[in-house]
Amino acid sequence: MDLTLKIWRQENPKAKGKFETYKVTGISTECSFLEMLDILNETLIDKVQLPINFDHDCREGICGMCSLYINGRPHGPDDEVTTCQLHMRKFKDGDTIVIEPWRSKAFPVIKDLMINRNAFDEIIQAGGYVSVTTGGIPDANSIPINRADAELAMDAAACIGCGACVAACKNASAMLFVAAKVSQFALLPQGKMEAQARVEAMVAKMDELGFGNCTNTYACEAECPKQISADNIARMNREFFCAKVS
Amino acid sequence: MTQLNSKIPQGPLAEKWSHYKAHQNLVNPPNKPKLDIIVVGTGLAGASAAASLGALGFKVKIFCIQDSPRRAHSIAAQGGINAAKNYPNDGDSVYRLFYDTIKGGDYRAREANVHRLAEVSNSIIDQCVAQGVPFARDYSGLLDNRSFGGAQVSRTFYARGQTGQQLLLGAYGALSHQIKLGNVKLYTRQEMMDVVLVEGKARGIITRNLVSGELEKHFGHAVVVATGGYGNVYFLSTNAMNSNTSAIWQIYKRGAFFANPCYVQIHPTCIPVHGDYQSKLTLMSESLRNDGRIWVPKNKEDAEKIRKKQMNAIELKEEDRDYFLERRYPAFGNLVPRDVASRAAKERCDAGFGVGTTGLAVYLDFKDSIKRLGKDVIEERYGNLFQMYEKIVDENPYNNPMMIYPAVHYTMGGTWVDYELQSTIPGLFVAGEANFSDHGANRLGASALMQGLSDGYFVLPYTIQNYLSKDIKVPRMSTDAPEFVETEKAVKDRLDKLMGIKGNKSVDYFHKKLGHIMWENVGMGRTAERLQKAIDLIKELKKEFWSDLRIPGDNNGVNTELEKATRVADFIELGELMAIDALQREESCGGHFREEHQTPEGEAKRNDDDFKFVGAWEYKGENETPVLHKEPLVYESIEVKQRDYK
Ligand SMILES: Cc1cc2nc3c(=O)[nH]c(=O)nc-3n(C[C@H](O)[C@H](O)[C@H](O)COP(=O)(O)OP(=O)(O)OC[C@H]3O[C@@H](n4cnc5c(N)ncnc54)[C@H](O)[C@@H]3O)c2cc1C
Ligand code: FES
Repeated sequence: MDLTLKIWRQENPKAKGKFETYKVTGISTECSFLEMLDILNETLIDKVQLPINFDHDCREGICGMCSLYINGRPHGPDDEVTTCQLHMRKFKDGDTIVIEPWRSKAFPVIKDLMINRNAFDEIIQAGGYVSVTTGGIPDANSIPINRADAELAMDAAACIGCGACVAACKNASAMLFVAAKVSQFALLPQGKMEAQARVEAMVAKMDELGFGNCTNTYACEAECPKQISADNIARMNREFFCAKVS
Repeated sequence: MTQLNSKIPQGPLAEKWSHYKAHQNLVNPPNKPKLDIIVVGTGLAGASAAASLGALGFKVKIFCIQDSPRRAHSIAAQGGINAAKNYPNDGDSVYRLFYDTIKGGDYRAREANVHRLAEVSNSIIDQCVAQGVPFARDYSGLLDNRSFGGAQVSRTFYARGQTGQQLLLGAYGALSHQIKLGNVKLYTRQEMMDVVLVEGKARGIITRNLVSGELEKHFGHAVVVATGGYGNVYFLSTNAMNSNTSAIWQIYKRGAFFANPCYVQIHPTCIPVHGDYQSKLTLMSESLRNDGRIWVPKNKEDAEKIRKKQMNAIELKEEDRDYFLERRYPAFGNLVPRDVASRAAKERCDAGFGVGTTGLAVYLDFKDSIKRLGKDVIEERYGNLFQMYEKIVDENPYNNPMMIYPAVHYTMGGTWVDYELQSTIPGLFVAGEANFSDHGANRLGASALMQGLSDGYFVLPYTIQNYLSKDIKVPRMSTDAPEFVETEKAVKDRLDKLMGIKGNKSVDYFHKKLGHIMWENVGMGRTAERLQKAIDLIKELKKEFWSDLRIPGDNNGVNTELEKATRVADFIELGELMAIDALQREESCGGHFREEHQTPEGEAKRNDDDFKFVGAWEYKGENETPVLHKEPLVYESIEVKQRDYK
């Protein structure tokens, strides 16, 4: 396939970025999207030009490091995949592809397509855990957990923290990310002890970091590569409400 | 010559660890906050160590190269984690887990370490459940188990196909808690470039800030390196793209011995290579071998037709299929250890029975399980893996058998450490895949997660205190001390040298070339001739690298080509050491298969008389031959036998 790429280039967080146009030729349909960018980068290096910087690591959809906004969609045109799992067979010969970074005040651009997502770590640090320390724990089977709840908790825990939910949301809200963590623990007995403090602390941190409000458009759910359900947001709202009234 | 002292405690095997803990030195609570510990790496080993040490009251600094600790390569582990809980009542015990691990490692691991690992395995599961890790459960609400290779019991705990993710998020939660409490300080996008030694002890590290390009100096009374494995020396592997050897390579050059570099695990079930632009290989979890059957056509003509796409796998009649693992190893069948399964697949493909367009693939078939259990059960067990396969290969594995081929996956070798996980540099501890300690010449499935968390949650928090108890009067040092300044300068010179080459070829060109040399000559089957060839080729490649590398841009900010270049420079040197080590080891054991040393049936043939030792290499300087030190392996509780999975 031959393709035209319009890619966001930005030297550093303060620089004013702009789109640059590149051509790539002879791309195999078996190639992954990031491999296609690797090929482009090799040609740029050949010409002693700066390669395009983008984040990636596992290249199998689990680390949450990759993050491109492709033709107006986080992680591109395929459903239920991350950018690194996207394959070129989803495009046609002659296509023009527009590639941008996530855009959100809370995720500033570092360079080109690389962004800073430390805000997600800060939200977790505010309370996204069970406060046990190492050792002195009773046998694992001493807390049986209803299988249905365990499965729902696992559904929520599958979040990879990529930030596609924020990128997809017109308000740049982090509700789905926060709700997934709150839900995981709300569904499990281990998480109950700190449930109130957790939801309050995480929501307060999210607001403080400049993420927008949730207006229930569900774009986050639609674009989530791990199919995290917006039901989690409803569950979190209940948790939040309970915390506030108690 | 430095004497290797493994510091294995006295006493009967099962009491060594309790005895150690009862008699070791501790640091009392008021002194802990006066001691700084640097932890490099936020994978299972690093995150669990930092969280546990922080909770004890030490002041911890933790570093990773990704943008968040949660993205460490451990996140990608799929299948599960072993423990000797014996919940299924199928005959498991601490001894059996210990025994299976030693045997699986082909009698090349240290007894005392492995027994400790088996002992603490149960506490790991308790710890993770308390953190809210959503392990799979049965309908009674209790924890579920599955089987993995090399074991006849079900002892593997799992969270769908995302066990590593869930365990890492548990450890990341514990780490985040300690960060909030102020006991741990987090540094992301920071790469350790070197260790700083003061009077022979590890007292700090030099890092490169991957965003600003600046070098930073950090002090610690002790340093823990938990930077993962070096499988990416082959370029193509199942490891994440940024996994590297640099931290453990730099400490090797500063005096930490490197043990058994040639022990590499080639995983049997990975998606086959499809093109030369390919950047990495994807694992299909070993758990699939619980329900999938591995086969190739019985007749070469059928294999040929399938390769030419004149015939489809599902058309082939039952009697024309060769379930070669079940045929060769009836007792363990499809669940033989990885090294055995990989070699058997390679043997069939080399003999002309391989499938796929390249002929370098075998089938992993779920037809019978789907018939027996129903599609729903298979989907529930492996749904995400099947989806992953379909996204990559564009074929539905519920209808057509999966195609798989072995790929580089895990490195058993690593920094030599004693029983306390301390390297030959005092105060420098190494944990997780980065050390060599527990898996001998072959790791069993679901044991790396166990080892990483064992090291971090339950071993280092004890052993590091034994070391630090002597340091309570040592004040925090200024990083303006000459040792810090000199080490920083050495790093800067190395970076300047790389930037100054200004040649014509990209880093990836060299990395791919190295990978090719390694896979062809230091891969699944090795011979003296090919290993010598690899050494010669790598020497040439090193020269070419240092004279013809091109890194665009400069060192004043993000420069991913420079990052890759520093790592590939180290991989090239490591590759040579791996070949030297493989050449030295005139036997076959576990993942190290020397074609000269095999039984008439084609199984690995060990030479216990001459090679029952850990090979630990000492660096002697640029272009000097490294020196081999041997730590003899003594088996007191286990009878050393020919591994038999028949
Ligand atoms: C696809 C896949 C599936 C697997 N599945 C299983 C399984 O089911 N069961 C099992 O037991 N094992 C499995 N393994 C093996 C297991 O995942 C790893 O061995 C283990 O997670 C390694 O953990 P670690 O903490 O040692 O290192 P890693 O998780 O690799 O972490 C390394 C850390 O070091 C940091 N780092 C690296 N270099 C530097 C540097 N120079 N400076 C600063 N920081 C640095 C990284 O940022 C990262 O935080 C699997 C491996 C793969 C590849
Ligand atoms: S690179 Fe890990 S999810 Fe895409």
